[in-house]
Amino acid sequence: MTFTIPIDNGDALKNAEADSQRTLYPYVTGTSIVAIKYKDGVLMASDMGGSYGSTLRYKNIERMKAIGKHSLLGASGEISDFQEILRYLDELVLNDNMWDDGNSLGPKEVHNYLTRVMYNRRNKFNPLWNTLVLGGVKNGESYLGMVSMIGVSFEDNHVATGFGNHLARPILRDEWHADLSFEEGVKLLEKCMRVLLYRDRSAINKLQIAKITEEGVTVSQPYSLKTFWEFKAFNNPTAGAEGSW
Amino acid sequence: MSQSAVDVPAKGGFSYDLCKRNDMLIQKGLKAPSFLKTGTTIVGLIFKDGVILGADTRATEGPIVADKNCEKIHYMAPNIYCCGAGTAADTEAVTDMVSSQLRLHRYQTGRDSRVITALTLLKKHLFSYQGHVSAALVLGGVDITGPHLHTIYPHGSTDTLPFATMGSGSLAAMSVFEAKYKEGLTRDEGIKLVAEAICSGIFNDLGSGSNVDICVITKGNKEYLRNYMEPNPRTYVSSNGYSFTKKTEVLRTKITPLKERVEIIEVTGEAMEE
Repeated sequence: MTFTIPIDNGDALKNAEADSQRTLYPYVTGTSIVAIKYKDGVLMASDMGGSYGSTLRYKNIERMKAIGKHSLLGASGEISDFQEILRYLDELVLNDNMWDDGNSLGPKEVHNYLTRVMYNRRNKFNPLWNTLVLGGVKNGESYLGMVSMIGVSFEDNHVATGFGNHLARPILRDEWHADLSFEEGVKLLEKCMRVLLYRDRSAINKLQIAKITEEGVTVSQPYSLKTFWEFKAFNNPTAGAEGSW
Repeated sequence: MSQSAVDVPAKGGFSYDLCKRNDMLIQKGLKAPSFLKTGTTIVGLIFKDGVILGADTRATEGPIVADKNCEKIHYMAPNIYCCGAGTAADTEAVTDMVSSQLRLHRYQTGRDSRVITALTLLKKHLFSYQGHVSAALVLGGVDITGPHLHTIYPHGSTDTLPFATMGSGSLAAMSVFEAKYKEGLTRDEGIKLVAEAICSGIFNDLGSGSNVDICVITKGNKEYLRNYMEPNPRTYVSSNGYSFTKKTEVLRTKITPLKERVEIIEVTGEAMEE
């Protein structure tokens, strides 16, 4: 019995032209997102910077957007891929509204949709270079979940992306508790964002905090955090060690 | 050592003689052995009366915990201690070496060692080895000029800071410091903050774990609090204790006194000359 192996000309991995269609590196990126569940819903914080490699190119990017009536999506990573995801979700919400059946997509459904999209793109070696944070409230139940660019998806009481994984998560693990009030939640998020501002080189001091409750989504106006640089040791750091810095 | 045409400088520093041969071996498929690293969270902070150093106690060899309770705070001088992260052998060797250099220096000068002396000796050594001595250190102490805290990187650069963290758990510990550090902390507040930062590393970083070691150095006094906190106790211990029912059977006993087989020679003579 003869067995012929077909020559595959359309193999995306070997075909040089097809390479230019795949995402290989991110270009304009957003840094961390930090989000927590609180008493009335979900709070999410992000800064407004878009870095182009090591240049701070854009300082007015909103990385958190409302999705439908019940969800809030925040993204870190490639900004163009985030905008593409918003277009997909727009189509999804539109089709859902066209049913006109009184039901609307909740955060769980949106999270599942995003997980499928991200995982399938990863399987084709053409990922959307984002880590997404999905928060929402439907029928009194708060929901907070995360999807990474390779399709890892989970939900938790508090999430952080990018550098927030290393700098914000320890603080959240220590200090988050159920039924935080709005003020306590904002204070906790600001604590995390301040540490990120000090220690993440791509963070800028212009942040927004978004709140989602049963009533809907509100994204705050951009504002900046107060920082402290007056440690005595910073005044003359080489007083004891002439010649070092 | 290979027979190279170039003279190896007598003063030491990294010798590049074997690099070409190592590269060739790796290309041929040789897997270089992994080092015993200390994973690690090490921190230091300056408080009102001096310096507090802290460290976790886990030593890793790749994914395995090689030592559950190692000591990462090394003695340099009675008033100076040094925490080490990176390759365990490198941190041990380099701190031991500089510690003995400091002692000789103390004998020569008749004065207590200063922290910047230790700093300069360490950075000179590390720089001359171009980062191949993989030791990242947090050096702290109190000398006649006051309390000092420095970080030293494997390539030989140093920083002088009011609070510092190094190691794989440094970001977790630094987030605690950045959120909670103030100037003029008291001893108890300082110890509490250091313990919190190390715990943050222990629980949030996989390379760090087990217990918290703390060292408090003030003017004229030091306290080495080994295993100050043990937040990872063994949770399930059999309440009945352990007994091994079947004892080993003794088949035969034979005792050979060694004294009859060994010759003891009394030597009367002079002691070794200096």
